[in-house]
Amino acid sequence: MAKMHVKMTVNGKEVEALAEPRTLLIHFLREDLNITGPHIGCESSHCGACTVDIDGKSVKSCTMFVGQANGTDITTVEGLTNPDGSLGVIQEMFREHHGLQCGYCTPGMITRAHRLLQENPSPTEEEVRFGMAGNLCRCTGYQNIVKAIMASADMLNAQKEAAE
Amino acid sequence: MNDQTLTPEERAANLKGMGSSRKRVEDVRFTQGKGNYVDDIKLDGMLFGDFVRSPYAHARVVSINAEEALKVPGVLAVITAKDLEPLGLHWMPTLAGDKQMVLADGKVLFQGQEVAFVVAEDRYAAADGVELVEVEYEELPVIVDPFEALQSDVVLREDLDPAADGAHGPRKHHNHIFTWEQGDKDATEAVLAEADVVVEEMVYYHRTHPCPLETCGSVASMDKVTGKLTLWGTFQAPHAVRTVASLISGIAEHNIRVISPDIGGGFGNKVGVYPGYICSIVASIVTGKPVKWVEDRMDNLMSTAFARDYWMQGKIAATKEGKITGLWCHTTADHGGFDACADPTKFPAGFMNICTGSYDIPVAYLAVDGVYTNKAPGGVAYRCSFRVTEAAYFIERMIEVLAIKLNMDAAELRRINFIKADQFPYQSALGWEYDSGDYHTAWDKALKAVDYEGLRKEQAQQLEDFKAGKTRKLMGIGLTHFTEIVGAGPVKNCDILGLGMFDSCEIRIHPTGSAIARLGTISQGQGHATTFAQIIASEIGLPADDITLEEGDTDTAPYGLGTYGSRSTPVAGAATAMAARKIRAKAQMIAAYLLEVHDDDVEFDVDRFVVKGAPERFKTMKEIAFAAYNQAIPGLEPGLEAVSYYDPPNMTYPFGAYICVVDIDVDTGETDIRSFYALDDCGTRINPMIIEGQVHGGLTEALAIAMGQEIAYDEMGNHKTATLMDFFIPTSWETPTYVTDHTTTPSPHHPIGAKGVGESPNVGGVPCFSNAVHDAFRPFGLTQSHMPHDHWRVWKTARELGLHA
Repeated sequence: MAKMHVKMTVNGKEVEALAEPRTLLIHFLREDLNITGPHIGCESSHCGACTVDIDGKSVKSCTMFVGQANGTDITTVEGLTNPDGSLGVIQEMFREHHGLQCGYCTPGMITRAHRLLQENPSPTEEEVRFGMAGNLCRCTGYQNIVKAIMASADMLNAQKEAAE
Repeated sequence: MNDQTLTPEERAANLKGMGSSRKRVEDVRFTQGKGNYVDDIKLDGMLFGDFVRSPYAHARVVSINAEEALKVPGVLAVITAKDLEPLGLHWMPTLAGDKQMVLADGKVLFQGQEVAFVVAEDRYAAADGVELVEVEYEELPVIVDPFEALQSDVVLREDLDPAADGAHGPRKHHNHIFTWEQGDKDATEAVLAEADVVVEEMVYYHRTHPCPLETCGSVASMDKVTGKLTLWGTFQAPHAVRTVASLISGIAEHNIRVISPDIGGGFGNKVGVYPGYICSIVASIVTGKPVKWVEDRMDNLMSTAFARDYWMQGKIAATKEGKITGLWCHTTADHGGFDACADPTKFPAGFMNICTGSYDIPVAYLAVDGVYTNKAPGGVAYRCSFRVTEAAYFIERMIEVLAIKLNMDAAELRRINFIKADQFPYQSALGWEYDSGDYHTAWDKALKAVDYEGLRKEQAQQLEDFKAGKTRKLMGIGLTHFTEIVGAGPVKNCDILGLGMFDSCEIRIHPTGSAIARLGTISQGQGHATTFAQIIASEIGLPADDITLEEGDTDTAPYGLGTYGSRSTPVAGAATAMAARKIRAKAQMIAAYLLEVHDDDVEFDVDRFVVKGAPERFKTMKEIAFAAYNQAIPGLEPGLEAVSYYDPPNMTYPFGAYICVVDIDVDTGETDIRSFYALDDCGTRINPMIIEGQVHGGLTEALAIAMGQEIAYDEMGNHKTATLMDFFIPTSWETPTYVTDHTTTPSPHHPIGAKGVGESPNVGGVPCFSNAVHDAFRPFGLTQSHMPHDHWRVWKTARELGLHA
């Protein structure tokens, strides 16, 4: 099958590649770029394990062709680690509040939480629960995920205040 | 060295041993997307395999034509049963003593059954190939009802001699698998005949599926130069997979290395051996290249494992005052096309004979009939120890139905029938010896915590308001007191395919006082790397942070039976403590030598051995570790390591008291979980943070099962719930916030008194949610309505009770 030329920014790095037009973005990320943080749980947009951030929106990368991502700016969970290699705030809060168990939904959860807290920096618990409802977890019952995101909001807001 | 200014408590806290809510070591990787799951594995030249699956639930396979598929660029091979037959691999043994087709051998028995395996250079080419394999089928009559199966002339399993015994004794009919009887039938029937009160009810626990977020998969790599097969996969029991793979493939066991990498949730789904594993191995042998097979979600929900599907006919006898005098149960178990239940060999219906629950019931009888139908095989324990969830649901429904008949409060009825604390160890009528418990204390604590009396008053008021037309909502109070049986198990009565269900731990202390421990289990999210290090830290006095834990590689880990049935802590956790104690015993001798006193003159003190009566004279464990490698100690070998294979003397019996409140809109059938209180007693608590997390997760799986999740088929055997659109998994939006609590009744026979907790919330949660729905409708005459209590079914119940008039 004829390949198409794609170009995008992934976690701050420019990427150029040839890919079959029908290649799903999740497979391109995982198999061509070796970015295996985003996972595959359903291939039908229900579970959110494949969630990545594209041009400032949460996107389920299992139901998007790589061509549709041409020219975009993509962030995955790998891009949320601090430049010095330490855990980013949301990653640290998930660990602190036991917001993960098997770890399979975690990259999608953290990537979605990252965007949610940009959209709404001080959400109520109800808003967190509603805003995270596109990401399924089979292990935690969400209670500690919600706790981790609320704590992340507090910490990010405190950091912002300190910087101002 | 180690300063003496710290108190023993401070030194113990520094170890982060048992009782500490230590943060998980796994999470540093997982939160950065650096886990290593089976689909993350990428090897040079790796191929992909994908299945052609049957669209029919029962059909003959007339022909398979792969000509067009093989023309697809990148497709290398299409494997069918005919190719596997010369290798003897077209069928495989199941864990239940039956056999199962690896690829359709002349016919198919369920929709989604594996028919052919397409091997290609990438997953897209494999999918293209699957589309182009032409299979001609001849439809056969379909049976999806187990009761009909036992009457029908249609023979599902034509490969079996109808006159011959099955793996568990005589078969009564060509679609019958086994009958399993426990208890005293005559005595139970005599009690039923003369009892003041007898209630009878059919309790159905519907078919569902563990559905971990990561599906099943494997990567097989046969190295033709060394003759060694490496198999990565989603295996909850990697050593058992190695042995089974060796037995059925003929490859010597030392030439097979099985690796379970990180596993994205298991919940029982990843205990079984599936055709995909076998086909990836065969494909790797045939092509000489590594072959990956990973299910998609539909494959997962249609073909690998199911859970429950038990029709439980019950009779319970009691005195007028409510003292239970006998329990009778006959279960019809729908096992699908092959009996692939994951149970210990001698227990074809698992531990269903724990169905007397938390109650002192003098006589009981249980019979289970296993039946073939045109549904997927499986019968795994979905977050449950071998059918304990079915047993708990059965008894907790029967108690409620009895309370209705006696016009008694269901909390009080439970209280007067609980096994008393002084009756432990307790011999149950169906053959178990409960190790320890204090049910009354737990129950009273729970009722008080939720203000049970206050809730009942509020419920009565709401009922009055409902009758007066002031509200269209009813309030239900769900009660459950469950007793689990976990930690399988004693080798004398528990084995899987002849492998005794012990488990193991090997610990090596390094010269600088850090350590590595390897176990026969495998974490799927339970946090073993965190908690097992805590056990070692407390037992030998080295900080948990200095202990690496490894599982899942059969070339390095000691043999064990794996992780399921809440057995890791009760069995491998015990092995860990025992191995640590062997190390401590040697450390004591080394310390005595270094301190120039007799072995008996030193004693263990948190992280050191001290001279009795002279605590200023001591050697820390770090000093002792170094000495083990640099001193020539007379009579002692160098080094400091130990291994323990632990065969538990008994199961452990965690228990709990759960109470939930649900509000039901009778006009829409919508249910809203207002509150949920969960008290768990899992014996000694290793990491309270992780225990709480396990309870939250298990309760949410219970919420799913009770309130909407099911594997449903139509009468043609078409699978109706094979996507996450149709198969209910609660989101953060509909999941309630839980309140957790505990009592602590250690297991008397476990080295550290721990009992296991991962499955308790599912076992207790399902009846608790279901009882709440039933309780709301109790004033209107409802005795039993089957799960799942989705909005439509709840609405229908309200309608049938005349509440929509």
